[in-house]
Amino acid sequence: MLEIKNLHVNVEDQEIIKGLNLTINKGEVHSIMGPNGSGKSTLAQVLAGRDTYEVTEGEILFQGKDLLELAPEERACEGIFLAFQYPVEIPGVANTYLLREALNSVRKYNGEEPLKHVEFGRLAKEKMKVMDMDDTLLKRAVNAGFSGGEKKRNEIFQMQILEPKLAVLDETDSGLDIDALKIVSDGVNALRSPERSFLIITHYQRLLNYIVPDFVHVLVDGKIVKSGGKELALELEDKGYGWIEDESKAAVNN
Amino acid sequence: MSITLIEKDNGYKDGFSEFIKNFASADPDWLKSIREEGISTFAELGFPTTRNEDWRFTNVAPIARSAFEISRNGYIEPSPEDLTKFMFEGSTSAALVFINGNYAQGLSRTESLPQGVIVSSLTEALRDHGELVRQHLAKYADIKDEAFTALNNAFFVDGGFIYIPSGTVLENPVHLLYVSAPTEKPGVASPRNLIIAEENAQANVVEQYVSLEESVYLSNVVTELVVGENSTLGHYLIECESKKSFNVSTLRVEQGRNSNIRSHSVLLGGAIVRNNVHPVLAGEGCDSLINGLFLPSGRQHMDNYMKVEHVSPHSDSRQFYNGILDGHSRGVFHGRIIVHEDAQKTDAKQTNRNLLLSDHAQIDTKPQLEIYADDVKCTHGATIGQIDEDAIFYLRSRGISQVASRDIILNAFTNETLDSMNVESVKNYCSALVADWFSQRKSENNK
Repeated sequence: MLEIKNLHVNVEDQEIIKGLNLTINKGEVHSIMGPNGSGKSTLAQVLAGRDTYEVTEGEILFQGKDLLELAPEERACEGIFLAFQYPVEIPGVANTYLLREALNSVRKYNGEEPLKHVEFGRLAKEKMKVMDMDDTLLKRAVNAGFSGGEKKRNEIFQMQILEPKLAVLDETDSGLDIDALKIVSDGVNALRSPERSFLIITHYQRLLNYIVPDFVHVLVDGKIVKSGGKELALELEDKGYGWIEDESKAAVNN
Repeated sequence: MSITLIEKDNGYKDGFSEFIKNFASADPDWLKSIREEGISTFAELGFPTTRNEDWRFTNVAPIARSAFEISRNGYIEPSPEDLTKFMFEGSTSAALVFINGNYAQGLSRTESLPQGVIVSSLTEALRDHGELVRQHLAKYADIKDEAFTALNNAFFVDGGFIYIPSGTVLENPVHLLYVSAPTEKPGVASPRNLIIAEENAQANVVEQYVSLEESVYLSNVVTELVVGENSTLGHYLIECESKKSFNVSTLRVEQGRNSNIRSHSVLLGGAIVRNNVHPVLAGEGCDSLINGLFLPSGRQHMDNYMKVEHVSPHSDSRQFYNGILDGHSRGVFHGRIIVHEDAQKTDAKQTNRNLLLSDHAQIDTKPQLEIYADDVKCTHGATIGQIDEDAIFYLRSRGISQVASRDIILNAFTNETLDSMNVESVKNYCSALVADWFSQRKSENNK
């Protein structure tokens, strides 16, 4: 589904991602862990198409298409969804308005009829139940005045509505209490299917107790330095990132 | 008949004697003295310059050095069809039309009004309800330090007169439409509106300024709005005059105990526009909402000068002005809040948000709090910025196109002020004007 080959990314002339390779197949859940500043969020933003990040080398294929050629909205319509680390507040735009516009744009792109108000309302209601969200959040402006937990929950709610093929979760667990974490995880797990893939970016192992990944990768200094199964996450929790950083430095020096 | 006014060579003073002879000879003595005081105050003050702190950001030299004519005729009166596009859908209690400052009875209409309600031209009111007019006219709008108001006192020809008696609700809005028809030489109109609501009354008034062609002229407007105890008044100013015109408009509101006003301005037209809004919350427990949206582009200059005076305890005021500036335009928001010594428990809030669509547009925003009471809550905030690229990216990442995302953000920004309009038909009319503005910007920027 997603193939990243030898990806190099600059931010303001500084190289942040330095030759990253990653393949995600249909139905797989991958987790990327790593210390702060290792390039995790940069990867998420590049996948979504943020133009402040400059890809200097490498390629990204999504379902065989050159992702880097696509505008952010085209990527979304092709089925990529990014749950933002810091969801943006948009005063004056109702949550429900954004969602309906978004869903109907995606449907139009894929040659489907737009959903009618009633149909959309039914869908939204159903998904709100999954996310244990209050109706009033729908009418409120996008993320405006939401608590940190509400914002993250709202991201997963949007994902539920848009039903992407590849969902990228950028530190969706950061700052959540255990109840919110469970709700967010339930929301993700409810969408797991053989047709859908996930890339879960996190700093903490805790989330992976609830969303069990198939693969765990460790990103250090812009490169994946270690990959493994879900046990790797537990090892990281135990020993921290230090030993991997040392290992990768040793590998470079040898 | 026409009279030329120009600042140099004593033109305004000479013009005044002509004006009295030809336009105001039938005025009662009390009105003549208002006019005389007006011209002598103007003679002392002259037009303000940028050395005057209240006019620091707005240079009215183009007005001062121009010659303007006051005329009763010399233009072609538009047909009702010409005015259709200026009418909002939905019912109105009355629509009074003024062409170049003169009342156009043939184009105006009044529906059957509740008992005791008066909607007429000011000239008619002077004739039929002279005592009522005398009690209020020029009693509120200051001329001390206000050259344009002084000029209006001296030279106004006509305007709207609205009287709502005690306990009366006027369901549909009153529409005052000021039309500028092309004349050979630049004209000046000095509309003078007097709106009086007694106790427990309710009404909405729309003042709209439009041009038939892109011509040069000056509208110097003064509106006095007197709101009695426990009354609710909505006032809408819609400015969409020619891009060559000058508009100086002063709204002076006098609020009685527990009264509630909602003032909305939507500024789109004019080369130089000065929008003065001056509510005095005289009684206890008043509520004032002072909202505006200004959208200059090209080389337009729009100056919003707010002066909100809290006089008595327990009153709330909310100012909310949003500006979107394009091209080489310039905007000003000067928000003054004065809390007098007795106005304890005042709660005053002021917000001015600005979006700059072009690197050449400029906004000056200046809050000014003068607080003489010790138990009050006053807050102010101003923001200036470009369209939030993070918000655009967020919307695009959800599948919405770049163009649509931008429209959503801009509409959200304008809706912040438009949404507080209570009269649905007027809100829709203003939303359509704003949508036109956006599509014009798009087509001009694509050129």
